[in-house]
Amino acid sequence: MTPAARTAPRGPGGADWRDVPLAPVVLLFGPEDFIASRATDDVRRKLRAHNPELETTSLDAAHYTAGRLGMVASPSLFSEPKLIEVSALASMSDDFLQDALAYIKDPAPDVTLLLVHAGGTRGKKLLDALKALGAPRIECLPFKKDNEKMQFVSTEFSLARRRIDAEAVRALVAAVGASLSELAAACSQLIADTSGMVSTDMVDKYYGGRVEATAFRVADAALAGNAPVALSTLRHALATGVDPVPLVGALAMKVRQVAKVHGVRGSSAQLARDLGMSPWQVDSARRDAAHWSPPGLATAIKVLAEADAQVKGEAKDPVYAVEHAVMVIATEARR
Amino acid sequence: MSVWVDLQGQDSVVAQLRRAAQSTSPTHAWLLTGPPGSGRSNAALAFAAALVCERPELAARGCGVCKACHTTLAGTNADVTYIATEKTTITIDESRALVRKAHDSPSSSRWRVMIVGDADRMAERTTNVLLKAIEEPPPRTIWILCAPSPADVLVTIRSRCRTLTLRLPPVADVAALLVRRDGIEPELALTAARAAQSHIGIARRLATDPGARERRDATVNLPLKLRDISTAVQSAASLLELAQAEASSSNEERDAVEKVSLLRSLGAPETGTLPPPMRAQVRALEEDQKRRAKRSVTDQLDRALTDLLSFYRDVLVLQLDARGGNSAQHAALELVNDPLRAQLQDFAARSRPETTLIRMDAINSVRRRLTTTNVAPLLALEAMAVSLL
Ligand SMILES: [Zn+2]
Repeated sequence: MTPAARTAPRGPGGADWRDVPLAPVVLLFGPEDFIASRATDDVRRKLRAHNPELETTSLDAAHYTAGRLGMVASPSLFSEPKLIEVSALASMSDDFLQDALAYIKDPAPDVTLLLVHAGGTRGKKLLDALKALGAPRIECLPFKKDNEKMQFVSTEFSLARRRIDAEAVRALVAAVGASLSELAAACSQLIADTSGMVSTDMVDKYYGGRVEATAFRVADAALAGNAPVALSTLRHALATGVDPVPLVGALAMKVRQVAKVHGVRGSSAQLARDLGMSPWQVDSARRDAAHWSPPGLATAIKVLAEADAQVKGEAKDPVYAVEHAVMVIATEARR
Repeated sequence: MSVWVDLQGQDSVVAQLRRAAQSTSPTHAWLLTGPPGSGRSNAALAFAAALVCERPELAARGCGVCKACHTTLAGTNADVTYIATEKTTITIDESRALVRKAHDSPSSSRWRVMIVGDADRMAERTTNVLLKAIEEPPPRTIWILCAPSPADVLVTIRSRCRTLTLRLPPVADVAALLVRRDGIEPELALTAARAAQSHIGIARRLATDPGARERRDATVNLPLKLRDISTAVQSAASLLELAQAEASSSNEERDAVEKVSLLRSLGAPETGTLPPPMRAQVRALEEDQKRRAKRSVTDQLDRALTDLLSFYRDVLVLQLDARGGNSAQHAALELVNDPLRAQLQDFAARSRPETTLIRMDAINSVRRRLTTTNVAPLLALEAMAVSLL
């Protein structure tokens, strides 16, 4: 980010969530959590690139104590740069509104105030004042049009330096485009699980018949140690003709993420950077990791590799192979 | 410079091929076997050159300087056909074309020579097409098939060929070859030959490409980084990335060389657009290269796992030696990864040979799985990495 971008951000409504301009005050506005979290990641990454000593504070605008903003924004002993992330502006308290209005007139040096507002008119005075100041505003709106979703998929792949053919993009959007975070998860699964150009065949294999929703439900239940739910969801899926191959792929992806974060200290953003995951994936994997021991994870990985080989032709009964893996995982998770 | 000069350490095979090339009625079908890197295709080309050599005296055949020797070694002799498609399999169309070609009389040489560089990659029905031609060869045609081992080709073919087996040459011979043929510094040549475990082609690549050396080092160093479940899973990912990077780097180099040589052989203009028939040929080459790229990641992964295995082999050698009570001679033991000697000794002292063997089994079973079943490579490598903890 150049110094010019810091002082002269793009006008309201125009900024791109993948490339958030840095400024003393930045507003993320709209109901799409996924975009807000990715934009937040981008701001954190950029500020850390400037100075790894960045100090991050989170505030909740709904349960806010008067004077808090001024306190956290005041310079620290070593004057490290600060990022103050404020959530829940859509239900901000009057105290927060007053403090924020005062603060933005005279923002503290070396502080970035990131405001997350899920939409609506709460705090209209603040929103208007931000507009008048020309603070960057990122619209966090759900993608309504398919071509926005397709653009999203293409960009995800090109950022990962991977290629996907145009038909495959369309097929992926048709299969899982209803939710942006599911679409993003599908992109990262395809990027992690496949090599070379991603084709329509691969997309069909993984996401035809909306396999992914079931696959991730099975995986979620198994990793949380909920064997009965994992098993019944799995049986239902297999009974309705879901291909066991992507099921194993979805399980492997979740176990992989839990294994990556297991026992590793550091902030979500730090881990995300080190492990090639996004912060929301880190947070979710860390929640699952609480159910797991290192030997348990090793067993889970081995049993999945075994199941993968079985469903790809080593076994006469692939269904049993997957069921066995799910059972082993769900049992290991309880320990 | 005779054509046999680069086949150091293969004396008995060279003697037999030499004798055949000097005979007036050599056996018409040969099967050259030997582990990857033993120089099968070098041997096949040298033999072909000796067969078509222009020198009249029998003892001088394979002179290495006449036009026929020269063009054969360069792959441009019209009477020597070399097929090593490097695609997943040799297609039936290609083998039919080969058979047709085998029936043409040689244009200027005593013999027409047909070389199949990777006979082990032929599908059964393809082999059957070739079988007829090998069974009833035209009088002036000689076939040379290459494969890792006799078991890799159908018994019907094998039984019609005279089989010669190349051995993996000693490290010192491979190093000497790199010094003489490729002009590599002796010390680097020795390290590369050792690291490649005598595989000639890989030794050359390691000696000439610093990137390939770095990637191999990173692979061999992985066991030193395995501390816990998180590092294991991360190591699996980097192993896959390293293999992918090595595959694309070695493909890029070869793809470019092949394209240049195709354009040259087509007599393409230096600049400007290609006429349509040439463009079609270039496209066909690019298609072949794409197919090869698919296979080469698997091949590179197998190679990377061989490198990884060499770490544990070295560890085992040190452990068994210590158990035998000869630890004073540690320094004399030859290790594949000699530059890592200190770390290897340390590693060996902290574990038992039984554990090392179990770890080697884990690596070998994933190698088997990756080459025989279409498993997800990352997951298979992760299972291996956690078994190495
Ligand atoms: Zn000659």
